[in-house]
Amino acid sequence: MDLNTFWFLLIGVLLIGYAILDGFDLGVGALHLFARSDHDRRVFLNAIGPVWDGNEVWLVTFGGALFAAFPKAYATAFSGFYLAFMFLLCALIFRAVAIEFRSKQEPTIWRSFWDVAFFAASVSSSLLFGIAVGNLILGLPIGADGDFRGQLTDLVRPYALLVGFFNLSMFMMHGSIYLYLKTDGELQQRVRGWIYTTFGVFCSLYAITTIATLQALPGATRNFAHFPWVWGVVVLNVLAIANIPRALHKQAPSYAFFSSSCSIAALVVLFGVAIFPNMIISSLNPAWSLTIYNAASSQKALGLMRNIAFLGLPFVLTYTIAIYWVFRGKVKIEKHSY
Amino acid sequence: MHLDLLVLSRIQFAMTIMFHYLFPPLSIGLGAVLVFMEAMYLKTKDPQYEAITRFWTRIFAANFAMGVATGIVMEFEFGTNWAAFSRYVGDVFGSALASEGIFAFFLESGFLAVLVFGWDRVSARFHFLATCMVAMGATFSAIWIVVANSWMQTPRGFHIIGSGLTARAEITDFWAMVFNPSTINRLTHTLIGAYILGAFFVMSISAYYLLKDRHIDFARKSFKTALVFGTVMSLAAGLTGDLNARMIARYQPAKFAVAEGNLHTEKGGTAFGLFGIPDANGERMHYEVAIPGLLSVLMYGDPHKPVPGLDQIPRADRPPVIVPYMSYHVMIFIGTYLVGLSVLACFLWWRGILFQQRWLLWVFVFSVVGPYLANEAGWVTAEVGRQPWIVYGLLRTSEGLSKAVQANQVLGSIVMFMVVYALLFAVWVHVLNDKIGHGPDAPHEPPSTSTTAGGVLAVHAATEDPAGYSLTADSDSWEGSGAEANHQEGRH
Repeated sequence: MDLNTFWFLLIGVLLIGYAILDGFDLGVGALHLFARSDHDRRVFLNAIGPVWDGNEVWLVTFGGALFAAFPKAYATAFSGFYLAFMFLLCALIFRAVAIEFRSKQEPTIWRSFWDVAFFAASVSSSLLFGIAVGNLILGLPIGADGDFRGQLTDLVRPYALLVGFFNLSMFMMHGSIYLYLKTDGELQQRVRGWIYTTFGVFCSLYAITTIATLQALPGATRNFAHFPWVWGVVVLNVLAIANIPRALHKQAPSYAFFSSSCSIAALVVLFGVAIFPNMIISSLNPAWSLTIYNAASSQKALGLMRNIAFLGLPFVLTYTIAIYWVFRGKVKIEKHSY
Repeated sequence: MHLDLLVLSRIQFAMTIMFHYLFPPLSIGLGAVLVFMEAMYLKTKDPQYEAITRFWTRIFAANFAMGVATGIVMEFEFGTNWAAFSRYVGDVFGSALASEGIFAFFLESGFLAVLVFGWDRVSARFHFLATCMVAMGATFSAIWIVVANSWMQTPRGFHIIGSGLTARAEITDFWAMVFNPSTINRLTHTLIGAYILGAFFVMSISAYYLLKDRHIDFARKSFKTALVFGTVMSLAAGLTGDLNARMIARYQPAKFAVAEGNLHTEKGGTAFGLFGIPDANGERMHYEVAIPGLLSVLMYGDPHKPVPGLDQIPRADRPPVIVPYMSYHVMIFIGTYLVGLSVLACFLWWRGILFQQRWLLWVFVFSVVGPYLANEAGWVTAEVGRQPWIVYGLLRTSEGLSKAVQANQVLGSIVMFMVVYALLFAVWVHVLNDKIGHGPDAPHEPPSTSTTAGGVLAVHAATEDPAGYSLTADSDSWEGSGAEANHQEGRH
């Protein structure tokens, strides 16, 4: 495997890590307003309280790694999606401070404001991520110089919106399973109902998205011929999805969470295979697409950063696991809670 | 001034980075405070230290959240507003940013959870480890971001591939890039600036409590520790500032000339400007107060050797004069003020009358603004002084812009950031005010003591010798009040 492919994979791993980890806390945010009492909302916030910040770091590191390994793809995507990224930034800022500040004051109006901010920011971030993925699958008007040649409205396309809502439903399902793990009693039973609802929406949108992709974008499955193992991923994904209600029925919610995590990972892999070896497909001229070769840093830089990654990742994984272990178990509201 | 894409993008970057930079220095400074306080707790098992640590942790966490929220913006903006710059430097600059992500962010954000929420979940030692890791992470972050920025000031360890619009820098020597000529000087000065902010922040709140007669023990303890630290660091800032000035004079003469207001090369020695206002074109200084020959002495130890002025720099490569001149002098004035203030306070402490000077405590309450301004002014000097280059001598700021972005989009995002940041700032001040108003919790007292913790403090305050307490008497009585608690109150 060459260094370019290695970095494509590593960025994919960071994206999978981000989608699985921040996926559930974005999902919890999207479910936030469905909890009615103040106590329940605090339980929700504290379920993600110790970990959301670390989860978001996967996005920051994803951005940094993309900048470092594929600077041209980074520059094109970020400047091309300018306004979308500004909205995303606004949402991420509001999310961070809403979590931190929401429970710091008693007045209802203060808490309601941050509740709505947290909900709206979580929903819009989830949608924007999905819309970005949809647009990358569709391809973008990229010129010969690698710059985006379109408007914001060019990004608001039915297929991209569909992927946006699909992503939102996936995160909400994932988030509700996570909440099921962190809650107990009557609240847990209500959350259980949400899992089935979001699971239903997720399955429907999954079917529609798949059909839309196969119908409208024959190019998206072209690589399946080159990489027959991808069919294995598709099958495993279906099995993982099917395992979610089964695990719940069997009273083994951690298997359901593992299954939804696997499903997210599988979908990111399918997305990666669909665009490989492109990073950003030009809809104007295939020759202008940014690939993992023409958008990459030098071999020297890629090799250097591979060593940095090998040096750092074992630590990252160790303390990520350690932190989740420290904060295992059900949420209790106490002195140090949000 | 015409608001074109370049001007707007520069305004946006300046605004977002200056707002962001309100928070990281405090994270670094308070991180050091936390490590010290918790180490003292582990060593003495004194519950007062635990209460102190918990109090600063709450402020640290709120500050940290603001730093994270505003920091993501910075990483995105390289791509959104400065796409051509990103393509040009990605090969070199990217490895520093990726290192920051891998080595700093995961460390901070992971262990922050243990620091804030882990008191009752992990052992005291593990909690202390987490505190150290968070403080270390904040410092690592500073290291890598200063490395990346220093490379933009004095680029090394790369070569240029291609030409014209497709030219870009490729890394040839990682360590030469990391240890470029300005890294060490800028890093030490930046970290010291952060430590000074941490110290004066602690002193500001402590002085406020002392004036309001609240949390007296806590406030004295915190104030004295911070005063020692702040004095040492303020003096160190002068030293590293001088080293920085020499480094800049050597590697970035244009920046040095505008910062010093040295616009025309003199025949003899060059004066050191204390004050002045450059005219609009940056050609002359008005109302200048200067010490003749001093700049030559500082640079060469020779009062007659001229220091090259801005007129030695080609007109197209000259930075604006007013902003870096003013920010540089603001930084120096504040630095001098902080040294003077902390030395004065140390003197009064030595005389045993520090805490009776109510006016001085009020001065300390407001002096926290000083390090904030000085830290910002330092960045402004460094960044504006580098203009018109975005990468010194290689890439002009005007060439680093995103071509796919329109001016009105940038204008829209500036308005959005202004609204969001104004709101955030109000919320931050409100929450901070609330936490300061709440103050530290009373330390856990053993149940056998009949008085409540507050009662102990009140009695303690009342028995204080009004004529002034010497250092030893103060610390003795302090330790006396917590001594029994040590034996009985362990950590959960």
